Amino acid sequence: MTNRYGARGGLRIRAGVVLMAAAFAAAGCSGSSATPSAAQPSAAAPASASAAAPASAAAPSAAGEAITLHVLLMKQAAYSDTDVAAMTAAFNVDHPNITIVPEFVAYDALHDKIVTAQAGGGGVYDLILVDTPWPAEMVKAGIITDITDKIPAEFSTGVFDAAWTAAKYNGKIYGVPWINDTKFFFYNEKMLNNAGITAAPKTWDEVEAAAKAVKAKGEVKYPIISSWKQAEAVICEWTQIAAAMGGSEFVDAQGKPLFNQGGGLAALKFMKKLIDEGLVDPASLSSTEDDVNTAMSTGQYAMTLNWTYGLSVMNDPKASKVAGQIKVAPSPGEGSVTTSGVNGGMSLAVTTTSKHPAEALQYALFLASEKSQEMDVANALPMWKASFDNADVTKNNPTLFAAAKIQFSGLVARPVVPYYTKLSNALQAAIQEALLGKKTPEQALNDVAAQLPSFQQ
Amino acid sequence: MTAGTLDRPRQRRSKPWPETWVAAAFVAPAALVILLVVVVPLVRAAWMSLFDIELTSPGVEPFVGLRNYVTQLTSADFWDSVSKALFFTGVTTALELSLGLGLAMLMDQPMRFRWLLRSIVILPWALPTIVNALMWRWIDNGTYGSLNALLAQTGVIHDYVPWLSQDSTAMWMVVLADVWKMTPFCAILILAGLQGIDRELFEAARVDGAGSRQIFRRIIVPLLTPIILVVLVLRTMEAFKVFDIIWIMTGGGPANATQTVAIYAYRTAYQSYDFGQGAALGYLIAIFIMLLAAVYLKLLRRTGA
Repeated sequence: MTNRYGARGGLRIRAGVVLMAAAFAAAGCSGSSATPSAAQPSAAAPASASAAAPASAAAPSAAGEAITLHVLLMKQAAYSDTDVAAMTAAFNVDHPNITIVPEFVAYDALHDKIVTAQAGGGGVYDLILVDTPWPAEMVKAGIITDITDKIPAEFSTGVFDAAWTAAKYNGKIYGVPWINDTKFFFYNEKMLNNAGITAAPKTWDEVEAAAKAVKAKGEVKYPIISSWKQAEAVICEWTQIAAAMGGSEFVDAQGKPLFNQGGGLAALKFMKKLIDEGLVDPASLSSTEDDVNTAMSTGQYAMTLNWTYGLSVMNDPKASKVAGQIKVAPSPGEGSVTTSGVNGGMSLAVTTTSKHPAEALQYALFLASEKSQEMDVANALPMWKASFDNADVTKNNPTLFAAAKIQFSGLVARPVVPYYTKLSNALQAAIQEALLGKKTPEQALNDVAAQLPSFQQ
Repeated sequence: MTAGTLDRPRQRRSKPWPETWVAAAFVAPAALVILLVVVVPLVRAAWMSLFDIELTSPGVEPFVGLRNYVTQLTSADFWDSVSKALFFTGVTTALELSLGLGLAMLMDQPMRFRWLLRSIVILPWALPTIVNALMWRWIDNGTYGSLNALLAQTGVIHDYVPWLSQDSTAMWMVVLADVWKMTPFCAILILAGLQGIDRELFEAARVDGAGSRQIFRRIIVPLLTPIILVVLVLRTMEAFKVFDIIWIMTGGGPANATQTVAIYAYRTAYQSYDFGQGAALGYLIAIFIMLLAAVYLKLLRRTGA
């Protein structure tokens, strides 16, 4: 049966419609990746917003006025949604008029969620969780507010210095430090004992030797599992190992690359060596920290690095086959470096779009208070120095606190520069290229070094 | 009302609107929505792609003309991501179409519990992409994934394979996940086409001595060509701008082995804050899709569709 256009004409029309739909759908995709509202940096007006926010922050809304705060947090490491709910309940005792609406996303989605939601000044969040390297770019993009003169004195003196890295940029404070974390060395004590190792390795050479001993025992195929996925996870581990091997600075004061020499290069060579020797599972290249927890919990691995929360997850009898066997120690050092730790601190930053910046800051200060942080220390360690001397706080896990006290004294930070995400993305791919053997460690890092000026423009 | 008013000629008022006006009135609401949610952003994105817009440099948005396009078209990373997208598009579309055709013909056969088969087949497509991607990420996990367990227990492999950690296998695993999810979509559309074919044609062909292969080649394929064309263009379009399934399974890794052009565009716009380049990339993706669709049309027309 033919229509009035004839069969071929009908086909042509239908195909044309599909083509148009295809073009619209694809371009709609482009539109969504660059929405008009998100595309107006001028609307962000960071200077005016930053200037205006402290003024409004100084004048909280009238007592009793019903207020809703939208808070963007992370559901992965550190404080869980249950922890936050308990803290919020405590906050609401004195602030019953403030309704907190928390939203939790995976760490790897956090940065992009902030950018898509807040860029351009149209954001809905009052308070956002900010990772160590992000303050610079988020200040430049007009996303977070200067709160330098709103921080209580006890925070300045009582909080570990390292925790401030995620809160500061150019000498000003843009966030309330909330999470103070680093990657600890976790090991299966029983497995190491079976291989004749009775103490946790203190250097990376000892880790390599221990891994060889465990492998030789035949108990596992790969003694080490690592979170080396092409994500921020691999940067954190590489930075931590680089710090142990003599240097973790990414760039010098003039912005020249340092990551392709010294500790950075040595760390990458060492990581590659562990893969080549069959000591690190190649599956590490697609593993996040959560994957590492799951893998360690199967009892097929002897050693790993992970954030604080890993210890409780790997020792959870409901989810782990090796509950009780996983122990913690300070991350290994090398040579004259006794230990090293990447700064995994995160802060709570008030957004420039918040209509209730004073209340948002109140809530952030409450979450970060010594009292709130000591409510549950299983997933995140307090950032307050005094907590580490409080026996009531440390009694349940003295070895973790002992390891943390050593590591927290010398954490190394990823660079707080506006181009960090570009640099991190390039380094993630380069490190994996080296680990996969597509390039030598020198080639991979030098290639990123050559791109650095374009990131800095 | 007076009699005089009633006596006025009614033909003028009751004269129907011209057909085109009626059509326009019906189409207007949809056209307005499309204008607001598609055309306006399209024009806006086109405008943005001509400027150097970086969120970390607010207030500085120089007009750069076509420089964003030139930058991308001369970038090795861009072409690398395009080649990954083309590979993904080619392989998934071919597999989904051929498997979908086979599945549709199977589901078209009279058999007991055909309704059950059709219900089961549609399930993967009904799953949200994020669920599908997370499921396959678990299945493919090199440490505790069920694929390794299955292959090892059946003796196919001796050692566990880190499927998503090797650049040689990661893309294939993503392809597998996409094919598993989207083949039912192709099958259902093709099945609809199959059911529109008059069964008497098959009977007549058999009476004339045609075998199954001839019926397939001479009757089924030509009559299904319009629907195959639609499926082909739809899948090409979707596959070329694939994002979610890859982002969840591999994040574009390892070492950018699965970084398709949509992921590259996302990273440029949202992780590097470069909205000018991001908008240009969006347009380049659209142009590529239109070119691919045009090639399909030409090829199919040449084959007498």
